[in-house]
Amino acid sequence: MLNQGEQPTDEKLVSRKAQKFSLWLGMLGMFMMFAALSSGFIVYTASGVDKGIKTLLPDTFIYSTVVIVLSSLTIHLAYKAAQMGNLARQKALLFVTLFLGILFFVLQVHSWEVLASRGVYFVNNNASQSFVYIFTGMHLAHIIAGVIVLITALVGVYKPLPADGNQFRMNLASIFWHFLDLLWIYIYVFLLLNQ
Amino acid sequence: MSSTVISHSAEHHDSHGHHHQESFISKYIFSGDHKMIAKQFLITGIFMAVFAMILSILFRIQLAWPDKEFPILEVFLGKWAAGGRIAPEFFLSLVTIHGTIMVFFVLTAGLSGTFSNLLIPYQIGARDMASPFMNMLSYWMFFVASVIMIASFFVESGPASAGWTIYPPLSAVPTAIAGSATGMTLWLVSMVLFVASQLIGGINYVSTILNMRTKGMDLWKMPLTIWAFFLTAIVGMLSFPVLVSAVVLLIFDRSFGTSFYLSDLVVQGQILPNEGGSPILFQHLFWFLGHPEVYIVVMPALGLTSEVISTNSRKPIFGYHAMVYSLIGITVLSFIVWGHHMFVTGMNPFLGGVFMITTLIIAVPSAVKAFNYMATLWRGNIRFTPAMMFAIGLVSFFISGGLTGLFLGNAALDINLHDTYFVVAHFHLVMGSASIFGMLCGVYHWYPKMFGRMMNTKLGYLHFWMTFIGAYLVFFPMHFMGIDGVPRRYYAFTEFAFMEKWVSVNMLITWAAIVAGLGQVAFLFNFFYSIFFGERAPQNPWNSNTLEWTTPVEHIHGNWPGEIPTVHRWPYDYSKPGHHEDFIPQSVPFSETMSSNFLHDFEGNEEAERIQTEWDAQNKK
Repeated sequence: MLNQGEQPTDEKLVSRKAQKFSLWLGMLGMFMMFAALSSGFIVYTASGVDKGIKTLLPDTFIYSTVVIVLSSLTIHLAYKAAQMGNLARQKALLFVTLFLGILFFVLQVHSWEVLASRGVYFVNNNASQSFVYIFTGMHLAHIIAGVIVLITALVGVYKPLPADGNQFRMNLASIFWHFLDLLWIYIYVFLLLNQ
Repeated sequence: MSSTVISHSAEHHDSHGHHHQESFISKYIFSGDHKMIAKQFLITGIFMAVFAMILSILFRIQLAWPDKEFPILEVFLGKWAAGGRIAPEFFLSLVTIHGTIMVFFVLTAGLSGTFSNLLIPYQIGARDMASPFMNMLSYWMFFVASVIMIASFFVESGPASAGWTIYPPLSAVPTAIAGSATGMTLWLVSMVLFVASQLIGGINYVSTILNMRTKGMDLWKMPLTIWAFFLTAIVGMLSFPVLVSAVVLLIFDRSFGTSFYLSDLVVQGQILPNEGGSPILFQHLFWFLGHPEVYIVVMPALGLTSEVISTNSRKPIFGYHAMVYSLIGITVLSFIVWGHHMFVTGMNPFLGGVFMITTLIIAVPSAVKAFNYMATLWRGNIRFTPAMMFAIGLVSFFISGGLTGLFLGNAALDINLHDTYFVVAHFHLVMGSASIFGMLCGVYHWYPKMFGRMMNTKLGYLHFWMTFIGAYLVFFPMHFMGIDGVPRRYYAFTEFAFMEKWVSVNMLITWAAIVAGLGQVAFLFNFFYSIFFGERAPQNPWNSNTLEWTTPVEHIHGNWPGEIPTVHRWPYDYSKPGHHEDFIPQSVPFSETMSSNFLHDFEGNEEAERIQTEWDAQNKK
C-alpha cells in the first residue's frame, strides 16, 4: 500500500474497532425505528378496508432508487481509491456521491409533489397515506446525516488525514451510506408490497 | 549548529494519546472521563430524584387532606394552589412529571448512566469508554433534557399532564386540557433529547464491553454488574427507537393535523377534523418501549446488588451462570409481553392469552434471581454494611412487588385490577423501590471509588430503615385500595362515596411518605458532606475482587498508572478454602494461590492440572 505512514498503535486499533462496532449498533437502532413504523403501518392499515395506500407510488421513486444505488457504487469506488492511495480519484468520486445523494433528496421531495398533485396529502384521514410521507421523510432525515458524513469524509481528504485515518473514515462513511441505500430499498419494497 | 530538532512524527497525531494539563472546564464540565461523567450523571440524577420526590409529597398532601387548605402551598405554587389547595389540573401534572422523572431521569439515566459509566471501564479493565466524546454528549443531552423537563413548570399552561404514558388523544390535542398545550410540547422535546442521550450512551456501553475488555476477561469472567449493564443497554437500543417512532407520529398529530392516533373527537364543543386514527396504535408502540423500559430500570439494580450481596456475604454468588441466563431470559421476554398493559383495550382474548403466558413466564427468571440471592446469603459471613442493607432491601421489594405481578399479568384478573391502586402498589415496589434501593446500594458501595472517601455508616443505617419501612408503609396499603377498585390518578377521594373510607388510609400513606422523604435528608447530608469531609477511603475498602479496586484511590486519566491488570479468574472467589484471605482479586494468577486451586479452575488445561496435582501431592496431607 502506498502512503502508509506510521502504523497505528494497538490502542488506536482497539478504539477503531469499537467505533466501527458502535456504528453497526447505531444502524441497528435506526433500523428498529423503521421496523416500528412498519409494524405501525401494518396494524393501522389492517384496521379497516378504507385504509391503505390506495394509489400507485410515483415513478420518481424508481429514479431515486437508481440514483441511490449508483451512489452506493460510487462511494464503494471512492473507498477503493482511498485504499489505493489515489486521493484525487477518491475526492472526485466522493463529490459524485455527494451530488447523487443530494439528487436523491431532490427526487424524493419531488415525489411528494407528485403525490400531493394526485390529492394524496400528508394531512389525511387515511393515515396509511400519511405513512408514505413519514417513511420517506424519516429516511431523508437520515440522508441529511449521511450527507454530513460524506462531507466529513471529504474534509478528511482535504486536510489531509494520514492514510490509515482517511481509510478508516472512508470505511465508516461507506458502511453508513450503504446502510442508507439498503434502508431505502427496504422501505420501497415494503411500500410496493402494500400499495 | 544542529540544535534545531524537527519532529515529523508530531504532526498528524490524533488527540487520543495526549496528556495535557486539564482546565477546570475540561475536567469538571465538558469532561470525557468516564469517572467524571458518572459523577455528573449521579448528582444530576439525585437532584431530579429529590425534585420528583417533592412532587410526590405535594400530591400525597392533596390525597390525604382533599378538603383542607394549606396557605403555604399558595405561597410557593401561586395559582396552582389557589386558596391553599392543589388545583386539579396541577395534580395531574404532578403525577405525570413525578412518573416521567422517576422512570426516565432517575432510574434510567441516573442509574445506568452513573454505574455503567463508572463500572464498565473499571470492571472490564479499560482506560475509558470506546468513545469518550459520545459519552460526554450523552450526559449533556440528558442534562438539557432535564432542564427542559423542569422548565415546563414555568410556562403559563403548566407541565404535561396526560400521565407519564402520554396516551393520545389527551396528549395529541393541545386544546384538550391545560397540560396538553406548551407543557406537552416541552415534554416531547425533552424526551426526544433524552432518548438520543440514552441511545448514544447505550451504544457506547455495548461497544466498550464487547471490544475493550482487558486480557483474560472473557465474557464468563465478567462481574454480573457488567452483564446487567450490557443487557440493559441492548434492551434500550432496541426499544428506545420505537418510542421515537411513536413520538414522531404524535408530534405530527399534535402540530401538523395528521390523524395517526386521532379519530371522532369533540373537544370543548368543537368537532375536530381528524378521522380514522387509532389511539390503540400509540399504546402498542409506546408499550413496546414501555415494558422493556421497566427492565432497563431494574436490571442494572439487580446487577449491582448481585455484586454487593456476594461481596458482603463473603461467598461466591450462587448460580453465576443461572444469574446470567436469567438476565438474558428477562431481556428476551421483555420484548414480547407489552400487551399485558393493554388487556382492557378490547384486545382479542386469544392475543391476551398469549401475552398472559409470556408475561407469567418472566416469573421464572425473576424467581431464579430471587432464590439465588437468598442462597448466596444462606450461611454467608454477612457484613451488614449500608450497601448490603439496601441490597437485601431490593430483594425484599423485588419479591413482594413481583408476586403481585402474577395477579396483574393474568388477563382475567387484570380486568378488575387495571388502572387501580393495585397497579400503583405493584410497580412502585417491584421497579420503583427495588431499583432505587439498587441504586442507593450502588452509591454506598462505590462511593469510595467515586470520591475517595467513605460515607458515614450510622447515617446510612438511619437512611435505610426510614426508607425501607417508609416505602412499605406507603405502598403496601395501596394493594387493598386497588382490590377495592379505587382508581389511580383521581384527584379527590371525597368526591366518591365508595372511596371516602380510604381517606384515612391515605393519611397514613402520606405521613409515611413525608417521614420517608425526611429520611432522604440523612442521605443527602451524608452524600455531600462526605465528599469533602468523609473518612479517607483505603484502596479496597470492602475486600472486593473486581478490578476497579486495583486502581489507585486518586483518580487518574486512564485508570491504571502502569499496565492494565490481566484477569485470571472469575470475580467471585470469596472464602475459597485453602486461601489465607477470604477474597482473591481477579488479577491474582492461579500460580500465586496454589493452596486454594481446584482442578476445575483450569477449565480443562491439562498442563496446569498436572502442575497443580504435583503441587498438591507434595504440599497437602
